[in-house]
Amino acid sequence: AVRKPPITTREYWAPGHAACAGCGCATALRLATKALSEAMEEKYGDPNAFAIAHATGCMEVVSAVFPYTAWKAPWIHVAFENAAAVASGIEAAWKKLGRKGKILAIGGDGGTADIGLQALSGMLERWHNVLYLMYDNEAYMNTGIQRSSSTPYGAWTTTSPPGKYSVGEDKPKKWVALIAAAHQIPYVATASIGNPLDFVRKIKKAGKIDGPAFVQVLCTCPTGWRSPLEKGVEIARLAIETGIWPLFEIENGDIWNIKIQPPGGGAKVYKEGNRVVRIEFKKPIEEYLKLQGRFKHLFKRPEAIEELRNQVKAMWKVLGVEAILPRPEE
Amino acid sequence: AESPFKADIERAQKELSEKMTPGAIVYIPGSSVINKTGSWRVFKPEFNRDKCVRCYLCYIYCPEPAIYLDEEGYPVFDYDYCKGCGICANECPTKAIEMVREVK
Repeated sequence: AVRKPPITTREYWAPGHAACAGCGCATALRLATKALSEAMEEKYGDPNAFAIAHATGCMEVVSAVFPYTAWKAPWIHVAFENAAAVASGIEAAWKKLGRKGKILAIGGDGGTADIGLQALSGMLERWHNVLYLMYDNEAYMNTGIQRSSSTPYGAWTTTSPPGKYSVGEDKPKKWVALIAAAHQIPYVATASIGNPLDFVRKIKKAGKIDGPAFVQVLCTCPTGWRSPLEKGVEIARLAIETGIWPLFEIENGDIWNIKIQPPGGGAKVYKEGNRVVRIEFKKPIEEYLKLQGRFKHLFKRPEAIEELRNQVKAMWKVLGVEAILPRPEE
Repeated sequence: AESPFKADIERAQKELSEKMTPGAIVYIPGSSVINKTGSWRVFKPEFNRDKCVRCYLCYIYCPEPAIYLDEEGYPVFDYDYCKGCGICANECPTKAIEMVREVK
């Protein structure tokens, strides 16, 4: 017997687009539109009941080179800062027309964490029926790998070059998912293309909710991360397994009842009731770092890796989890 | 099995023009199929059907998408668009996909 594929075979993202070979963000957008169409089919009986507002960024630039488009869904290109605002407008118009469906707003980490943050906040606060998808490749890759506020500590970018007096990016990563959760919106989640079925499940859940939802997905960028083309998904998976990237869901801003997905990779998860309180990771973060050229200089600075480890622990502490991160020799 | 983009390719070949439209609106969905990005490829995925267990991982991960499914659920590689990133071969649990150097 033939098993059914775990996701619809409908495609809203056509080949022939200009994304680099091995682009993780292209995978993320392809899966997201597939998952959203499944959600729309289950909720409204119409798989095509969605429209996309797309902020400037890598995926906008590669998918819509005039006169071509890679999209097979209603799609509008908007400026860097106002994807959320345009999505709000489309949603209001659909409501007036009595049209059922969900609006998908897409932004990169620059378009969401830096430039579009106030439009995003406004959209969430006005309670529009929009799903905002932030594809996080941790720098402005489209314009040539400049740092964003979502760039992690220690990463090389063209505007945070490591050297004698610099470790590369010297500030912690900003977690937009937690800022979105502070709006007490119905649904906030983080995902990674390293766990595609979890990502698809979260997009489907977010798509079916009435009201605003926010999903932040980690996408690998072989060009900007200086990583091998074929290792993209593996790196995204290692990010989960080493503790660098948490997978969580927060409903109605209730951070006390945060749902944390097990990271896998041999990590031990300890719970008190339904709450995850402690995770003992088995894989050291070095396994994640060593596959990427952007962290290469850190291996000459063990104190910088130690600082990154402390920051990862601090991030888990915000989520209410005590994270035990091993060192390679242990 | 036929490519799910067959109709898009035919429509784009027939109707696509470089003429400027008002508001730069693109009227043909999925018209990027006109760009055969397979020419970017250095390594080419070679598929061994006997080893395949139909886990669909290559199909899920392909960023293009240059992999579609035949009637039996086996992956079909679309070399017109495959950029040869090798994610499918790296993720294949049974090593049914092998990357070999492209000879032209």
